[in-house]
Amino acid sequence: MKKNLKNKIALIFAVLLLCLYGIFGIPSGISGHALLSAIGNQIHLGLDLRGGAHLILQVQVSDAVNAETDNSVQTIQADLKKANLSFSQVYKPDPSKPDIIRIDGTSATQSDAVSTLLEGSKYANEYDLSGGSQNSWTLTMKPTYENDLDRRTVEQAIETIRDRVDALGVSEPLIEEYSLGANQILVELPGVSDLDQVKSIIKATARLEIHPVEGGPFQDEQSALASVSGALPPDQEVLPTSGDLAGANGVSYYIVDRTAVVAGSDFRSAVPSVNSNTGQQIVQFTLTDEAGDKFWDYTSANVGKSMAVVMGGTVRSVAVIKSGIRDSGEIEGSFTQREVTELSKLLSSGALPASLNYIEASTVGATLGADSIKEGVTAAIVGFALVMIFMLVYYRGSGINADLALVLNLIILLGIMGLSTIMARASGGGGLTLTLTLPGIAGVILTIGMGVDSNVLIFERIREEIRAGKAASAAVDQGFARAWVTIVDTHVTTIVSAAILFMFGTGPVKGFATTLTVGLLANLFTAVFVSRVIFDAHLNHLKPGEMVSI
Amino acid sequence: MEFFRSVNVNWLGWKWYFLAFSLVFSVSGIIKMSWNWKHIGTPVPLSVDFRGGTEVQVQFADRPDIEAIRKAIEAAGIKDARITTFGEPSSNEVLISLPEEMNENALDVGRATVVNALEAHYNNHFDPAAGVQVHVVGPTVGEQLKKKAVQATLFSLAGMLVYLWFRFQLIYGVAAVVACFHDTLITLGAFALTGREISLTVIAAILTLVGYSMNDTIVVFDRIRENLRLSRREPLPDLVNRSINQTLSRTVLTSGLTFITVLSLFVFGGQVLNGFSFALVIGILIGTYSSIAVAAPMLVAWQEFRAGKGRTASLPAARRSKA
Repeated sequence: MKKNLKNKIALIFAVLLLCLYGIFGIPSGISGHALLSAIGNQIHLGLDLRGGAHLILQVQVSDAVNAETDNSVQTIQADLKKANLSFSQVYKPDPSKPDIIRIDGTSATQSDAVSTLLEGSKYANEYDLSGGSQNSWTLTMKPTYENDLDRRTVEQAIETIRDRVDALGVSEPLIEEYSLGANQILVELPGVSDLDQVKSIIKATARLEIHPVEGGPFQDEQSALASVSGALPPDQEVLPTSGDLAGANGVSYYIVDRTAVVAGSDFRSAVPSVNSNTGQQIVQFTLTDEAGDKFWDYTSANVGKSMAVVMGGTVRSVAVIKSGIRDSGEIEGSFTQREVTELSKLLSSGALPASLNYIEASTVGATLGADSIKEGVTAAIVGFALVMIFMLVYYRGSGINADLALVLNLIILLGIMGLSTIMARASGGGGLTLTLTLPGIAGVILTIGMGVDSNVLIFERIREEIRAGKAASAAVDQGFARAWVTIVDTHVTTIVSAAILFMFGTGPVKGFATTLTVGLLANLFTAVFVSRVIFDAHLNHLKPGEMVSI
Repeated sequence: MEFFRSVNVNWLGWKWYFLAFSLVFSVSGIIKMSWNWKHIGTPVPLSVDFRGGTEVQVQFADRPDIEAIRKAIEAAGIKDARITTFGEPSSNEVLISLPEEMNENALDVGRATVVNALEAHYNNHFDPAAGVQVHVVGPTVGEQLKKKAVQATLFSLAGMLVYLWFRFQLIYGVAAVVACFHDTLITLGAFALTGREISLTVIAAILTLVGYSMNDTIVVFDRIRENLRLSRREPLPDLVNRSINQTLSRTVLTSGLTFITVLSLFVFGGQVLNGFSFALVIGILIGTYSSIAVAAPMLVAWQEFRAGKGRTASLPAARRSKA
């Protein structure tokens, strides 16, 4: 046997072993059950096969723009006052255009000072200034700044949702920007079938606020109302508790002011910490400068009163004001470490000044997923078996060759999918995990079809050469050489279309494109390289003048 | 074993029959599609993926009573819901489609209403956690997907045209793309005629059949190119016939085997893959036919057209390929 051929065979076995490792990992045993569970661990199944919830959320980025300009309106007012510049009002003229601020009624003599202030570095990178005539000015948010703000808002929203979902304990959730529409987020939660639960969890993170507490806790809503003799002032509301606060003794109720002292966008950061005196778990937070001033005014005037941390319309935590707080403070309570970490996460993630809308939501029942797997796999096995039997009958000896190439093709395809999971895990969640979806199984079946095609092309060509009177090794040589051109053309064309599918497809379709592309690449290796090596090894054993069985 | 040995069929002699066959199927599809366009506003029925709306698929413990479900849904205040059994009768599955809604929030309300109504009326027979599959698609998402699907199809055709232009010549690319377009049109027509819905997975299937049809066409073209290089004096129609006949064995075998796998998908693959495998069953038949009956005759027609105009009848494969 030639040395070259030996090397090639060694390479094939190396690929085979690597791919088997990809499929099975290191199985706990070699019983059928252990192997099956090993496969389940290695091959990443798409949502349609595992069952779960699938949501597409629209981030209302205009909320973020609104919050930003609201903030600017306040700072502009403060700055104008500080600089002793007169004005009648600073406002946003059109609710449908949240990115425009108007300043009216400035004094004509101070016009230069006003424009210097508004064109100063504080506003210049955020707004374009226009106007000045008739003592009226317009600030329009720069498109670049607005785009940047939109992007940051979506990123923050993704982080927020991820934190919430992690707290929920969903394994392998997928939360990413949805490429199809602007400012949309795709959320896939395997194993979750209750949409309402999912939605309440995700929506709960939409806003975090601190409200002054007017009364409570109460056993129920009625007793809360009774405490104010049934006449709740219009600027107050009754909110239920939830989370740990409601944990031990059930839901209770607080009366709080409707207006928040601190809202989500006011938080700059929040970190878990330990009180060095008492050893208690606390959350340390910092506020933005403006919010800090506001918070100082409120807290200094209300020492001894309570504040409620409100999220998603429920009270999460209640704290007593010990002293005036400016831009940094602590939230203290009998928290466990986990709760503190949780709360600080919520506070940081609460800094999300945009609401979310659901534009698509679907669930796949796990049982239906299992049925689909069974049907898809049955179809694949039946198709595969029929094709293998036919190849054996039609091409006799060479049919074994084709069948080996087909099986290896399947092993490589699944192996690469398994290896991608291993690599993604090794790099700590990074990297691309190839996902097997229901259309992906169809992609596997189609790969089998293409694999057969390559073999048929080669074999038919070899037969032609034999008919033309060539000897065995020359016929095999010519057959492969001639079929190779065609195989490259057909494969590249299909990979081109699969790549386009991958780029433009979403979810299930992407899974289909993945398996098809990987399968076609595997096929180039098996049908052309492996099949050739088997032929060569066989030719070495032929006596002179003997023909290959084809 | 061997099915075909030195076949000698004059394929090009049948070109008018091929043309008639293609026209009958394309035109009947187009007629049905324009009828659909007029009556349902879209040439081919669209699934909830593209249309937007709410679909609740429910699995019951025993045989569901469609009439009772309809009454329960109507009692819950939803009018005009479409209720159909889904899949095998033995699977006890029902698909409830709610009328289109233009508002995303309304979609969600519809879903909750259906689940509540079923829970109230079918308490013992239905477990919402296990057997309910809900699909709510807002109109914006559907619109985006529709746009992307059309884009993906056009881009993939353009991508393949460019590749063939590069590997062969422009006329080869055009002929192959026309053949693929022909296949897509007839397959879409089949969906329109049988009233099946186009879903995301069906789009994947259509793109696959485009790939397959292209595959078949390229095998024939490849042989034509090779033969052109070997025997430059042979008249083009004879040479094309010979090339088709030489590759016929492979064409029939591959298509036949692929057809078997796809047919097993159609038969055993279940309801979820039905649309997908239907598209491929039709697509493989048509795709195989079109490489012989549409793409190859187009090459010959093009050459005859050039010759008729008094230009030199240049061989379409004049480009010397190193491969």
